[in-house]
Amino acid sequence: MDAIVVKNLTKYYDGFLAVDHISFSVKWGELFGFLGPNGAGKTTTVRMLCGLTRISEGDAYVAGYSPLRELKLVKKVIGLVPDVSNLYPELTCWENLLFTGEMYGIKKEELVNRAYELLKLFDLMDKKDSKFKQLSKGQKRKLTMAAALVHKPKILFLDEPTIGLDVRSRRAVWSMIRELNENGLTIFLTTHNIHEAFNLCERIMVINKGKVIAAGNPTELKRRFSGSEVLEVSFTGEISIEEISQIPGVIKASRSGGSFKLVVSDPISVIEELVGKARSRRISLNYMYLRGADAEEVFLKIIGEEHA
Amino acid sequence: MLDEIRGAFYIAKKDLKEYYFKPPTISWGIAFPLVFALAFLLRGWGKDWLAPGLLTLSLFFGSTSMSAASIVFERRMESFERLLLFPISYLGVAFGKALSSFFFGLLSSTATVAIIWLFLSIPPHNMMLLMLCIVGSALQFSSMGILLSFAVKDPAQAMTIFNSIRFPMIFLSNIIIPVSKLPHYLTWISFAIPLTYSVEAVRYALIGSYDIVPPQISIPVTFISFFAFLYLAEIMIKRTIP
Ligand SMILES: Nc1ncnc2c1ncn2[C@@H]1O[C@H](COP(=O)(O)OP(=O)(O)OP(=O)(O)O)[C@@H](O)[C@H]1O
Ligand SMILES: [Mg+2]
Repeated sequence: MDAIVVKNLTKYYDGFLAVDHISFSVKWGELFGFLGPNGAGKTTTVRMLCGLTRISEGDAYVAGYSPLRELKLVKKVIGLVPDVSNLYPELTCWENLLFTGEMYGIKKEELVNRAYELLKLFDLMDKKDSKFKQLSKGQKRKLTMAAALVHKPKILFLDEPTIGLDVRSRRAVWSMIRELNENGLTIFLTTHNIHEAFNLCERIMVINKGKVIAAGNPTELKRRFSGSEVLEVSFTGEISIEEISQIPGVIKASRSGGSFKLVVSDPISVIEELVGKARSRRISLNYMYLRGADAEEVFLKIIGEEHA
Repeated sequence: MLDEIRGAFYIAKKDLKEYYFKPPTISWGIAFPLVFALAFLLRGWGKDWLAPGLLTLSLFFGSTSMSAASIVFERRMESFERLLLFPISYLGVAFGKALSSFFFGLLSSTATVAIIWLFLSIPPHNMMLLMLCIVGSALQFSSMGILLSFAVKDPAQAMTIFNSIRFPMIFLSNIIIPVSKLPHYLTWISFAIPLTYSVEAVRYALIGSYDIVPPQISIPVTFISFFAFLYLAEIMIKRTIP
């Protein structure tokens, strides 16, 4: 059986449908990305798989166990890094790791070795005796990850692992995630950041308003959704946006400043048409720029809210 | 089973490390009952009446303050859920949370017994029985504290709600005002409050006589209500899961 199997998983919060009959599976050893905008239902899904939120309908298997019926077995083999770094502020890094290990019943000697190993791995050795509340945001994030790994889980859930981190810390966390995955850990990562998903994950599932709307590897997704390109043009004289919108091949047109931003499916014919229109009015094009859709536009397109 | 108990002890150890010296624990748990009892002593209440009350108060506040502070705080910081991720039952979590308060209650009551002995010159009537009463009461109050902190929906208001429950209890449970002096309809409430049984048990063990409940009833009640509260606390924890 796959590492995670989800069938028709559904969550209602007092009648509000937050996760709507989603099904998917994650293979062992995979780095799986769960991508969606704020409020899509990512955290709710992760929490249902970890037993922190009740499942309303459907079922799931995590490492072969059902969070509905065998929650204790699920808990033993998963690690969760929640979207907030929620370790105990008054305990030191060391005490936090040790307490976590104790709760999993790890023997003292093994636990001490493991805690040292993790502090080294996450580059926090010099913070060993600092209280959690004294750490920077990035260090807190790292220690929260370390704590989720104390008991050597088989599956790691990362809910927005780099939220609120600067570029440098974000990269450090990314390379850590890659390293963990290369060493065989199955990782389920949620993010609203498309760069994170495209950079890091082998396979991505996109969720919006509780529904799965696309899935595939990053290249597939890019290819599937970036069939369009973006054309920016401006003219030396007046031409209406309505007229431009009617040109065949223009999917969407908008005005920004003195120029037009067009999402086009067939750039060459659109450009010819634009040049023709300009000529007939005795004006000319004074600026033109053509580019492929970038990751963010792909994302907005996938979730059906494209703004070219 | 053994795993569960071990887990509960680790939770208690962690809580003690974290909250021992926090201001709410110290002020509500130790300083407050002393000041409170002193005020009544100065107003001329008999020390034989007040000594058991003082001990029960220090048990009551000592065993409920830390749990309230820790649960309220952890729920606000969203770190309470860490406990729910460990392979331990909700009952085990409730027990662990109760244990840290229990230890704190033991500590503050030991100090109070010493004070009563030295300054009020009341040596315990039956030391073994007193120890049993202290353990029973501390268990009872600590699990009651857990239950109350979960009954509150909004963690931000927990302390206020908590005290608005704790204070009326003090006046209705034969600690300060003898139940015999209360209006008749209030005496029924007194018998429904667990505090009444603790103070009666403590009274008997400390000075050798009881007022309204004999020790054969009051002592078992403290232990039974401990289990009842713990079980209810488990249900409350389950209810916090969205
Ligand atoms: N405890 C709750 N009670 C009621 N509604 C909730 C609760 N938790 C989440 N929701 C609602 O469910 C929907 C999905 O929320 P969720 O936190 O799963 O989104 P998300 O994809 O993780 O978003 P974000 O990127 O902001 O973290 C939201 O509309 C949210 O308001
Ligand atoms: Mg979220």
